[in-house]
Amino acid sequence: MSLRSLTIALFTLLLPWAVQAQTVATPPAAEADEPELVEFDTAKTRSIAVPALVAPAPADTPAGNSAALGRQIAEVISANLRASGVFETQGPNGLRAVTIGEVAAPQFDYWKGRPVEQLVQGFVRVGGDGNLTVGCYLYDVGFGTETTRLGFNVPPRDWRRAAHKCADAIYSKLTGELPFFDSRIAYIAETGPKGKRIKRLAIMDSDGANHRFITNGQSTALTPRFSPNYKSILYLSYVDGNPRIYVYDIDAGRQRLITQSSNPTFAPRWSPDGQTILYSMAAAGNTDIYKISATGSGTPVKLTTSPSIDVGGSFSPDGRQIVFESDRSGSQQIYVMNADGSNQRRISFGSGRYATPEWSPRADLIAFTRIAGDFRVGTMRPDGSGERLLTDSWQDEAPTWAPNGRVIQFFRTAKGSGKTSIWQVDLTGSNERQLPTPVDGSDPAWGPVLP
Amino acid sequence: MKNSTLKMAAILLASTALVAGCGKKKVEQLPPAAEGTDYGQQPTDPNAGSGQITPGSQEDFVQSVGQFGDRIFFDTDRFNVDVEDQATLQRQAQWLGRYPNTRVIVEGHADERGTRDYNLALGERRANSAKNYLISIGVDASRIQTVSYGKERPSALGSDEQAWAQNRRAVTVTVQ
Repeated sequence: MSLRSLTIALFTLLLPWAVQAQTVATPPAAEADEPELVEFDTAKTRSIAVPALVAPAPADTPAGNSAALGRQIAEVISANLRASGVFETQGPNGLRAVTIGEVAAPQFDYWKGRPVEQLVQGFVRVGGDGNLTVGCYLYDVGFGTETTRLGFNVPPRDWRRAAHKCADAIYSKLTGELPFFDSRIAYIAETGPKGKRIKRLAIMDSDGANHRFITNGQSTALTPRFSPNYKSILYLSYVDGNPRIYVYDIDAGRQRLITQSSNPTFAPRWSPDGQTILYSMAAAGNTDIYKISATGSGTPVKLTTSPSIDVGGSFSPDGRQIVFESDRSGSQQIYVMNADGSNQRRISFGSGRYATPEWSPRADLIAFTRIAGDFRVGTMRPDGSGERLLTDSWQDEAPTWAPNGRVIQFFRTAKGSGKTSIWQVDLTGSNERQLPTPVDGSDPAWGPVLP
Repeated sequence: MKNSTLKMAAILLASTALVAGCGKKKVEQLPPAAEGTDYGQQPTDPNAGSGQITPGSQEDFVQSVGQFGDRIFFDTDRFNVDVEDQATLQRQAQWLGRYPNTRVIVEGHADERGTRDYNLALGERRANSAKNYLISIGVDASRIQTVSYGKERPSALGSDEQAWAQNRRAVTVTVQ
């Protein structure tokens, strides 16, 4: 115990010197390293045709007629692939109908006459149990060969998941990246005037579909995080008048405090295995980072001790390290520590302040908000090198990673009106687009790929 | 003894100069008055509604401490209580001395030009700075609660330096 205190004291003493030395040694942006971060070239987007999926025996389902579903599934596949920024898509609108016979034996000669490199075909069947069987085939038009085929059996209400799974399989096959479309997002839905915003917890699919409000807006809700198994959501609520973190059980519709302390708690995060909750707590005005068992048992472990604001935090995918923000140097900067709080070290040395670090699920990058006049979202390596800024607007904030670590969502606040919206950008900084939300949106938190 | 009287006079002079002069934190243009003290977003005009005011009430508090007397302002990312703030908190403490059974909540706020979690922490720091000063001049700690609203409840709605200066604040609200 005394050894530990000594280490921290030494660290604190050495820090001002260390910071200065490294500021000189590390230029703000390591230009030479940057190309390494771009792993797919968006200039070479591939063109994919997605005709409507065929319904050989059209039948009504609770989600609509299977023929209509075939077209809708093609629309979702097409939209998913297009939104990834890697592909240009055609169809289903404007493409001719495909027969059931063609699904497994495409008319390559026809498609070769068109500006199409890849072809997605498929079918929708309604089984005796009422479930849908969705078949999904990917063909290389140039080679005239089948690349992959998959089948999904889903209840009619989950038809979009079949489309996402199909799009994920195509995306993975063609890019070599892990899938991410079949995942969900928790966020804060915002309405009302700037001085009196109503903020509700809400959830939706990664493309904005299947939207659902969780809280009614009577008390302000902030900063949600889906548990890795999607069964619960951590978020901040002012329901008892004070900002405190709750775990909301989605199926039960109930919530509980993560810790019985009367101090304000905020900035909740899950560990990758869902066993541990990371949070920030202010005591007598000073904010530090703590962790506690997700079951609610056990005592909180205090991870930071500086007399400054230590806040936020995000586990590395292996759960062994935590990246967090602290103003111990005099302004918000990004630090990394071991999961037990040891070996705290600063990694951000560029100009301006750095906030909201989020560790990529691929472990290779940390996303952040850089505050230097405007707020911009960027990435750096876990050692602080290779900094890149991905967005350029008045106030972009709070990045969250797609489960494959290739796309980032964040929220944008408009100057003056304070209106917020959720945006998505890929790691090259291109393909920026706004997510459709029924009202304004902030604090997006992307969950893992659904099982 | 004489020395301390002198020092007090100097502090009062300095604070008057700050209020009247061009202190960095001075709020240039006052927002319109509104009813109530909803999250300290709209300062109550002490001259409004000259009807009966219940002694010890929120209205009484706001009238006694004067316009903007219910709040202190901070520079960007700062949470120190300066001489001007001390004068404001001293007026609040005087009123609290007259109503020893009244409790207060100090609300800490930040401007919109900060990230959400950090601003919650910053608002908590600011509220505690005001609370600690009130305690240091004799207000019982058990009478003061704090709550941080971060950037969630701006008082001034613009996106400019002037609005942000009004929003970086700690507002004392009586618990009725």
